[in-house]
Amino acid sequence: MAITKETVEYVAHLARIALKPKELEKFSGQLQDIINFIDKLKKLDISNVNPTSHILPLENVFREDTARESLPLDKALMNAPCRKGNFFVVPKVIE
Amino acid sequence: MELNTLTGHRLIDLLEENKTTPQQIIDSLKKRIYEADPKVKAYVRLSDSHFLNQTPNTKHQTPILAGIPISIKDNICTEGYNTECCSKILEGFKPPYDATVIRKLKKADATILDLKTNMDEFAFGSSTENSFFGPTHNPWDLECVPGGSSGGSAAAVAADEAIWALGSDTGGSIRQPASFCGVVGLKPTYGRVSRYGLIAFASSLDQIGPITKDVRDCAILMNIISGYDAFDSTSVNVEVPDYTKSLGMDIKGIKIAIPKEYFIEGMDPEVKSALEEAINKLKALGCECSEISLPHTEYAVPVYYIIATAEASSNLARFDGVQYGFRAQSARAGKAQSLIDMYKKTRGEGFGEEAKRRIILGTFALSHGYYDAYYLRALKVRTLIKKDFDAAFKEFDCIITPTSPTPAFKIGEKIEDPLKMYLSDIYTISVNLTGIPGISMPCGFTKKGLPVGMQILTKSFGEEMLFRVAYTYEQNTSWHLEKPKIS
Amino acid sequence: MYEVVIGLEAHVHLKTETKVFCGCSGEFGKEPNSQTCPVCLGFPGSLPALNKVALSYAIKAALALDCKVQEYTKFDRKNYFYPDLPKNYQISQYDLPLSKDGFLDISLDGTTKRIGIRRVHMEEDAGKLIHKEQISLVDFNRTGIPLLEIVSEPDINSSAEAYEYLTALKSILEYLDVSDCDMEKGSLRCDANISIRKKGAGDLGVKTELKNMNSFKAVKDALVFEIKRQSELLDAGESIIQETRLWDAKESKTFSMRTKEQAQDYRYFPEPDLPPFIIKEDEIEGIRKAIPELPRQKLLRFIRDYGLSEYDAKILVLSKKDADYAESCIKTYQNKDKKIIVNWLIGPLFSEANKRNCGISDLKVSPKELAELIGFVESQEISNLSAKSVLTGMINTAKSASIIIKEKNLIQISDSDTLVAIAQEVIKENQKSVNDYKQGKISALMFLVGQVMKKSQGKANPKVVQEILKRRLGNA
Repeated sequence: MAITKETVEYVAHLARIALKPKELEKFSGQLQDIINFIDKLKKLDISNVNPTSHILPLENVFREDTARESLPLDKALMNAPCRKGNFFVVPKVIE
Repeated sequence: MELNTLTGHRLIDLLEENKTTPQQIIDSLKKRIYEADPKVKAYVRLSDSHFLNQTPNTKHQTPILAGIPISIKDNICTEGYNTECCSKILEGFKPPYDATVIRKLKKADATILDLKTNMDEFAFGSSTENSFFGPTHNPWDLECVPGGSSGGSAAAVAADEAIWALGSDTGGSIRQPASFCGVVGLKPTYGRVSRYGLIAFASSLDQIGPITKDVRDCAILMNIISGYDAFDSTSVNVEVPDYTKSLGMDIKGIKIAIPKEYFIEGMDPEVKSALEEAINKLKALGCECSEISLPHTEYAVPVYYIIATAEASSNLARFDGVQYGFRAQSARAGKAQSLIDMYKKTRGEGFGEEAKRRIILGTFALSHGYYDAYYLRALKVRTLIKKDFDAAFKEFDCIITPTSPTPAFKIGEKIEDPLKMYLSDIYTISVNLTGIPGISMPCGFTKKGLPVGMQILTKSFGEEMLFRVAYTYEQNTSWHLEKPKIS
Repeated sequence: MYEVVIGLEAHVHLKTETKVFCGCSGEFGKEPNSQTCPVCLGFPGSLPALNKVALSYAIKAALALDCKVQEYTKFDRKNYFYPDLPKNYQISQYDLPLSKDGFLDISLDGTTKRIGIRRVHMEEDAGKLIHKEQISLVDFNRTGIPLLEIVSEPDINSSAEAYEYLTALKSILEYLDVSDCDMEKGSLRCDANISIRKKGAGDLGVKTELKNMNSFKAVKDALVFEIKRQSELLDAGESIIQETRLWDAKESKTFSMRTKEQAQDYRYFPEPDLPPFIIKEDEIEGIRKAIPELPRQKLLRFIRDYGLSEYDAKILVLSKKDADYAESCIKTYQNKDKKIIVNWLIGPLFSEANKRNCGISDLKVSPKELAELIGFVESQEISNLSAKSVLTGMINTAKSASIIIKEKNLIQISDSDTLVAIAQEVIKENQKSVNDYKQGKISALMFLVGQVMKKSQGKANPKVVQEILKRRLGNA
């Protein structure tokens, strides 16, 4: 599986990470090595194997529909990099 | 003897006998930290104002831990104390809540140190070199890494800069640094300890666990932190036994499996011989040791690096500068940045290199067109790996392996080669993939004086077996009594 | 010329006490960010735990929509970046949803049509954004409210059908008491997918997605506009672009949401923080048994058992409370022919209810009291007109009909002598109308009746008056 710079650029966009040109170069090479290594998994016959998404045989874990105290406003907002009144502020979403 | 050099259980005895106070213990620790940490760098954000307001916690009716301080890895949420995962992107983050394990420790009268231990950023690493604050240095050889990602916790315990500590383990991050630093580290069964408040790396693999000076301390902490938590839907409602009752139990007749795939070509010969010695010791103590095969061992690392990075890429999406942590300023002075620019710049500048690499790898593995070939395939191979272990535990009580193929390597030695770094996890990774518990404990030293660790594994929720074997081995050796001399 | 193909995707808030994955309240209209916690804010280290009642409400709704509830279901992460999504992923359901393959029957102009329902699944809601000049403000109160996503098959072929579908859907959910379905409060949101094709063509046309419609009427209007827009494009030989368009209620048009984004890659994978759910047959049956008679069944039963027209029955079954009340009234009313009581319900009672912005059951007029009032009309003790004002009085004062009639002295004058006297006066004073009537204008008679009603302050029995006038004028 070939990992090109375009692949890395596209994936970085999906992940919303700005990469510098040097990083892009470096990552493409490193990721190619890693994918080559990971591709050894293709050797295995997994045709009759079920995937393991959860390692525990847990099922039906619920919570009761009873109220718990919410965070006080100052605690909810105290880490906000930018805040206006009781809102979090972000740059305008351009649509 | 200096209080900071003692074990937790010894201090509990002294406190009960009124021979010391929690404040004296804190003071002793403080002195040691200011003295040794400039060299070891086990802790982060250490400032002169630390310890000013640190008072012992002795409020509760179940004062098991008697006010003794405990050191916490920087990815476990402590209300009001900075918890930053040693990453720039979480700078200044003060959680508005305590992790469940912290609540449990506080209830048992542990004093939570307001100083966090160093780690690889977001637990991405095996050497603690990926920390935003720079690496921790191994107390046994300051030019060597302490292991990772809980390198800070392990080094602090080894250097007597901590009485005991908590770390987290996703692919070996408690056990491998414990091994490199000559201390005890346990990754509990997945679901044994609540993950609520542990800043997630890989949700299906992460566990919080103790890093301690000896096996008894580990059992004491496990008693406190284990148990079902309604806030964690993956925690299991299985009763928590008194793990200290397993200490001192006879180990005659215990069947131990030694997987041949773990004694491979590339392993350090001194590690190999230390393990062989340890196995002989266990035989002498009455255990039956046999060779087995875990045929899918070679696939564990690739499976891990798909599943773990895929989950991590999603877990770390929330770090975007909106609600907490670092937010990048606009690239163009005076001009407001767009939302997408803010996301990209924040994450581009806020994450370190390894974090970015893993997020990109994980995003790739989940992306359209590659999901089946990578993520789904990895989940299936995981089933095969689990089957190997299930089969082994049908016949055997434990599996014993080296914790790491090598002792602690030099700082800078592997950092430029990610793949090389990933391969050093080969012995610890399957344990997370299968959810079983594993403990690492010292079993020798290399000629250069670097610790070698032995890993004991057992089936899910079988921690009692681990303590049983580990304690007896420990008490019949004296590795745990050795202390590094920090130059 | 063109056939219209519409699919609707509704998102419905479930009215549980707490949010879907945490214990915060989801009450509408609270101070921004005051109903949040580490879980619904997506703080580092937080974990979800599924609200038991949310799941049972979801199963109930799925069964009411005739969907097959799956025995094994799980949650998945839908990954994308947006400021109203604190974790930058939404916990939703992808390949193993709670239920699928159901249907909803709608009646339009006397015919019944079955609209397929592809799936009903659970997910968490996102927060709210308020857009300003250069910034957007984020309120996370709404994040984590349990949502039901109901996806129809593209079986809807007109805007009218779409409106009926939404009305029927809302009615069902309201009957189940699992949601308020209030589009104004955002507890029901609807997106539409629409394409058109030449009649008889095999393939579907290019579809556009419509968003930002804040009422059922808006959905209808937006679809009407879009059908016209697409038809005109195709007529002119142009092609339709596959895109998302927003409805602008002010301008009454859809406009394109120009995004530079390629198609989203959501990178779905199973949610590792939530173990899967096994839903056993007996649990499903238990929930099914608790489902009340649904609007459609009630509609058919009203038509069959009480002889109602489809039109009348539709109005009465819209709300469960009102339907139950109406049925009580119908049953209490002794006469076998239920038309009169139904007319009263649909006419005066609904009118009073609309004035007060409530349901007919909220008027607090008991079935017995209503029957009694109608009895007065049927025995001709009061006129129909008076009866309406008595009703208003009954609602305002909670007094019975007989008391109000007495107090307001509304007993109809049916006494011949009294009425004859008034009639004679009216005849004297309105010679022109008398002549008009004699020359054949029937409306003149009604005018004269009206004059008698006026003179008697509305108390004269109009039927008797009419007879009297006819006799008098016939004799002359």
